[in-house]
Amino acid sequence: MTNIEAALAQLVRQDAPRVLALLAGRFSDLHLADDAVADALAEAAKQWPVQGIPDNPGAWLNRVASRRAIDRVRRLDVERRRTRVAAHELHADPNETTTMHDTFLIDDPSSDPNLPEDQLRLMFLCCHPALSTDAQVALTLRLIAGLTTDEIAAAYLIPTPTLAQRISRAKAKIRDAAIPLHLPQQLEHRLDAVLSVLYLVFNEGYLGRGEDPEPMRVDLCEEAMRLTRSLVELLPEHAEIHGLLALELFHHARHDTRLDANADLVLLPDQDRTKWHRPDIEQGNAALRHAMALKAPGRYQMQAMIAGYHTNAPDAGETNWSRIAALYDRLATIDPSPIVMLNRAVAIGMAESPQAGLDALPKGDDLATYHLFHAAEAELHLLAGSEEAARTAFAEARRLARNPAEIRHLDRRIADC
Amino acid sequence: MLYSDESAAPDFAPGSPEFDEMMGEWMAFNAELTEGGHFIGGASLAPTATATMLHKSPEGNSMTDGPYAETKEQLGGYYLVEAADLDEALAIADRIPMPYGHFEVRPIAFRPGA
Repeated sequence: MTNIEAALAQLVRQDAPRVLALLAGRFSDLHLADDAVADALAEAAKQWPVQGIPDNPGAWLNRVASRRAIDRVRRLDVERRRTRVAAHELHADPNETTTMHDTFLIDDPSSDPNLPEDQLRLMFLCCHPALSTDAQVALTLRLIAGLTTDEIAAAYLIPTPTLAQRISRAKAKIRDAAIPLHLPQQLEHRLDAVLSVLYLVFNEGYLGRGEDPEPMRVDLCEEAMRLTRSLVELLPEHAEIHGLLALELFHHARHDTRLDANADLVLLPDQDRTKWHRPDIEQGNAALRHAMALKAPGRYQMQAMIAGYHTNAPDAGETNWSRIAALYDRLATIDPSPIVMLNRAVAIGMAESPQAGLDALPKGDDLATYHLFHAAEAELHLLAGSEEAARTAFAEARRLARNPAEIRHLDRRIADC
Repeated sequence: MLYSDESAAPDFAPGSPEFDEMMGEWMAFNAELTEGGHFIGGASLAPTATATMLHKSPEGNSMTDGPYAETKEQLGGYYLVEAADLDEALAIADRIPMPYGHFEVRPIAFRPGA
């Protein structure tokens, strides 16, 4: 990559989202801001190879994009006035020459492009629950993380036009349904939506990275962690954001040991703990301590504590299963979802006895088609010494599994019984 | 209550002769209702792509992208309100004194006499 290419990539990823947030706030118009930033980025790609990289690329982008935005506002005004003239509706009002946008033009376009409020407002807009989850994810990656439509489409293995349409529909809904660009009054509640978008992106990167990693593909784990870190900086007093960061770091620490050289699954007890990424674990511990000091418990902190007990155990045999089971009990009080109840049963099975775990398995149809439910049941049967029951459950898991690595793993487990 | 297949609705460009003719028919119908003393209220809603759902239940509220697609519940009423933006409209919907229910919030595209 040449210097220019690197500088342009940095401009797109680092500076463009900040300038976009600033302009969207200043002009109260997401479409205008997005178009203006796109104009300015195109200008950088054309101008920089000839004239060189400006001393302060962020300030350059802010200046040029602001100018483009103002140009667009002026053009729109001219068009509007022309339409009115054509319709013989022009009022003889001297004030007609100014518009609501003109008041914003007085603002100094060289003002600080790092205003945290602008970034936050845009983040809450992208994760507004009036948008579908898919749309929230796409908008966040496009407008906050600064990924291109191509990059997002490739990361999610969907065609670029599909993703582009998803984004343009979301932007149309923001405009037509008048979803506002402001900090929500019930910040806590809306923060949940932002955190769940970030965790969805992280999980897509974590679970999606499979058979043949493409080096050029954007790493969604890294992107989610980058966004979580910037949210920590913007709202440092919110414990759950630190909790989410810790959770991501603990998972990320184990990332490279999840698959072996044959791309086969390696389960937690069998992973090579010497290859776990120490700096991630240390940072995860620090983020978790920070979260706990704020004394506002929540689901991400509890999940991070559970992940922390796993990740800090020197070997699988020393895992503190009774603490983990107790944490799942607490998590179940705020999130009694079937998946949490399943994990709780496994923890009880390890902490007390396999039979206690089997007894704690959630009943009902919710998980009947979830392969990992049957796999967990099979492992508990195996620990309890009932190989026949284990084989039956493994076979059911094998029948329902879709991921090739998981299917190979289950085939091996059936053969082991 | 006007039900129709939104995707099959004519999509004439504003200002085109077809658009003017279509609007003319609506205007004439609205004028007829008003002059006959029948008209109390009514509006043309923006397309369903602009809809947002507020779901209320004793366990807590949630919000999703609209429109409302279930047919188990019955339409029990509607409000026509002025709001600065979607959040204000949703906050108003939240105050409707029903402990549970689904509230679809949609902008108005056109309102006779407005």
